[in-house]
Amino acid sequence: MSAEVAEAVESVFPQLEALLPHVQKPIQYVGGELNSTVKPWESCDVRWALMYPDAYEVGLPNQGVMILYEVLNEQEGVLAERTYSVWPDLEALMREHGVPQFTVDGHRPVKAFDVFGLSFSTELGYTNMLTALELAGIPLESKDRGLDDPIVLAGGHAAFNPEPVADFIDAAVIGDGEQAVLDMTRIIRAWKAEGRPGGREEVLFRLARTGGVYIPAFYDVEYLPDGRIARVVPNRSGVPWRVSKHTVMDLDEWPYPKQPLVPLAETVHERMSVEIFRGCTRGCRFCQAGMITRPVRERSITGIGDMVEKGLKATGFEEVGLLSLSSADHTEIADVAKGLADRYEEDKIGLSLPSTRVDAFNVDLANELTRNGRRSGLTFAPEGGSERMRKVINKMVSEEDLIRTVATAYGNGWRQVKLYFMCGLPTETDEDVLQIADMAMKVIQKGREVSGANDIRCTVSIGGFVPKPHTPFQWAPQLSSEDTDARLAKLRDKIRGDKKYGRSIGFRYHDGKPGIVEGLLSRGDRRLGAVIRAVYEDGGRFDGWREHFSYERWMRCAEKELPRVGLDVDWYTTRERGYEEVLPWDHLDSGLDKDWLWEDWQDALDETEVDDCRWTPCFDCGVCPQMDTSIQIGPTGKKLLPLTVKNAAPAPAPNGHAH
Amino acid sequence: MQRIRLRYTKRGRLRFTSHRDFQRAFERALRRAEVPMAYSAGFTPHPKVSYANAAPTGTGSEAEYLEIALTASRDPERLRALLDESLPTGLDIVDAVEARTSGLADRLTASVWELRLTGVEPAVAERAVAAFKAAETVEVQRTAKNGVRTFDARAAVVELETHGTPADRPTDQPCAILRLVVRHVTPAVRPDDVLSGLRAVADLAPPVPAAVTRLAQGLLDEETGTVTDPLAPDREAATAPAAGSAAAPVPA
Repeated sequence: MSAEVAEAVESVFPQLEALLPHVQKPIQYVGGELNSTVKPWESCDVRWALMYPDAYEVGLPNQGVMILYEVLNEQEGVLAERTYSVWPDLEALMREHGVPQFTVDGHRPVKAFDVFGLSFSTELGYTNMLTALELAGIPLESKDRGLDDPIVLAGGHAAFNPEPVADFIDAAVIGDGEQAVLDMTRIIRAWKAEGRPGGREEVLFRLARTGGVYIPAFYDVEYLPDGRIARVVPNRSGVPWRVSKHTVMDLDEWPYPKQPLVPLAETVHERMSVEIFRGCTRGCRFCQAGMITRPVRERSITGIGDMVEKGLKATGFEEVGLLSLSSADHTEIADVAKGLADRYEEDKIGLSLPSTRVDAFNVDLANELTRNGRRSGLTFAPEGGSERMRKVINKMVSEEDLIRTVATAYGNGWRQVKLYFMCGLPTETDEDVLQIADMAMKVIQKGREVSGANDIRCTVSIGGFVPKPHTPFQWAPQLSSEDTDARLAKLRDKIRGDKKYGRSIGFRYHDGKPGIVEGLLSRGDRRLGAVIRAVYEDGGRFDGWREHFSYERWMRCAEKELPRVGLDVDWYTTRERGYEEVLPWDHLDSGLDKDWLWEDWQDALDETEVDDCRWTPCFDCGVCPQMDTSIQIGPTGKKLLPLTVKNAAPAPAPNGHAH
Repeated sequence: MQRIRLRYTKRGRLRFTSHRDFQRAFERALRRAEVPMAYSAGFTPHPKVSYANAAPTGTGSEAEYLEIALTASRDPERLRALLDESLPTGLDIVDAVEARTSGLADRLTASVWELRLTGVEPAVAERAVAAFKAAETVEVQRTAKNGVRTFDARAAVVELETHGTPADRPTDQPCAILRLVVRHVTPAVRPDDVLSGLRAVADLAPPVPAAVTRLAQGLLDEETGTVTDPLAPDREAATAPAAGSAAAPVPA
């Protein structure tokens, strides 16, 4: 990390500029987005480079990076700049011409920053981290870094099991980042102000002893003869046995992003996003996001209204996305949707609710959302094809509910319904998956009946299930890619073979191979570092992209590296774990009680469902007492008032009632 | 309905903005600036904006033009300032007039370009330019989506001349500056094509990509080889007879 005497850090833009005419979509590398910030280097003493390790078009809209960028830049004496993965065309030119990994804000070399923070939504970004490190001139492995290298920090959902990248990162933070980055900034600032006593190890130690920053190098992993982990032990005193996740309470106090970035380049989400709540306690057993983000914390209806208003002014976006893990579950969603639709009716602002449960959907809400626009498609995710599967995964949506909901939608003018499913769930058989076809046929049958039209469609979209850490399915065997593919082929044949409904049903599926690599990495341990490095050195990049991902390369590298430790890919993926096994992420505390997770796993096998603690008594998942948090939900009873009084009617008195 | 014509720039690093990128950014700026836009009819209404003749991605420009249709009247200069503020620096709105004549696009018949060739001795460039101008035709090739196309880059060139290393450049690095006036023809002859032509006739190969900027666009004056301000007729029409317009109330 940079020395305490700020040296002049020059922009690498002049060197980069000469390369840009030769690459695709050069605009993604030049920065200058509306609402971006470039602070004078010398005016700051703690400097963060934030990376979303994927292409700019995917990384720029990422809310996590955008939030931390703004939270940090608001601080006096702190700057944050962003960097993204460069495409292979620019990577080759940068290597040829010696241009280092740069930030898009100040075009400063990433190596000059104090912290290089990476947000991992998925494990498939790991190879991109290695590309960025090497381009930056930062040693790939933590142990080889010196005093002037940045602290390489991992965050995001995948950081809840950072063990596969333990060799490459210096630190990991799990949970909400807003306060965590400020706490880290204070510690780094104090250490720098003192003249960096004790070097790199000292600052990492100061971070570790807070209990909120995981430093992999301060833990030793011991293994049993059969390859399982014996224990994970701190290797110095003062380092806690377990590292806690961070939880931000009262989202209204954190209305970020206030000034969302507006890119010039085209990106995957071109809208103003407002997170309407964080966390989910529906308890779907496959869902890592729902498990690790507890408890539910709602943003108030008025807080949402303010963010939308300010955000639209700051950006000029024409669509507002109300984000959360299950947006229709907000206690005041109907008033939020109606209030926003009323406010922006004349401004042609579209509203979208990206995650809607079948059982929380109602047609009034959907009508508000589509007041101005199209009724082209609705998307639901029953996830499991059979009633039995939905009990196993605790996604309590009955077939009757689904058919009723879908019928209402078709009856109200929607022409297309998309249904998402997973294949390879625990205890699943061919029969469970084939019932997806039956469900789709019933949807079409009902749809034709209520709409009186034959041109309605239903698309079945299905992918392989990947068991994730910190969920009740963390012990479950993953279905092999061969079995996944065979099961999907049977489903496809059943759908295509149906004369009456087959033509109205679209079928989209992902083959089982990428899921195996994701599964290998998501439940992996430190011994996978060698595999990741081998894949990277073999040219592995952009593993989340079909055109770049190579299953063959991953398997070849795994077959070369894993036998050295007596293991193979199946051991990590299709093997079922037992109660007593030490899992690689057990020392990372998501607040979930491991015994509760085990009981929930046993309940899954018994097809026993669990309710949502927002509406029923606490079922002791452990998060609130362990993390000293609580559920924060409405209703507040407030409404969104019109922003301007129309038709020159007298303004209503605040909180006034007509008598 | 009021129509306003705007001149805008693509400066500095934002010259890498593609035309599609600019369109999205401009439509968002219209929303931020709360411009009372007229919308097209139809299933997905779009704000009525007509773009003329956009410069290629990667080339700078001081003279891009577009026209917008408003449902309520606005003062062009105030609208210009508002829109300029709503766009990133580099995409600057530099001129605005109310449209009072037809056919803006018809007045854009030629462009003036500046090409900075860093690392090229002005004398070398001079010789290449002379060879280019001496040629009757200069065949060049361009790779498009549907394959390689061969066409003449000479006929459309009205003027091409060299200037020496500019004062703002360090003297240890040679830099030739070309000024190019080129007619808008089909297929379009771009500065890139003229550079290909210079390579074809005289092996001129700049060591780094040329920095290309459109300086002006307008009606070609065949005699002087210059182009005239395409917004001038609108400005003249505004100042001439329309009496009382100065006192007309201008909202926002």
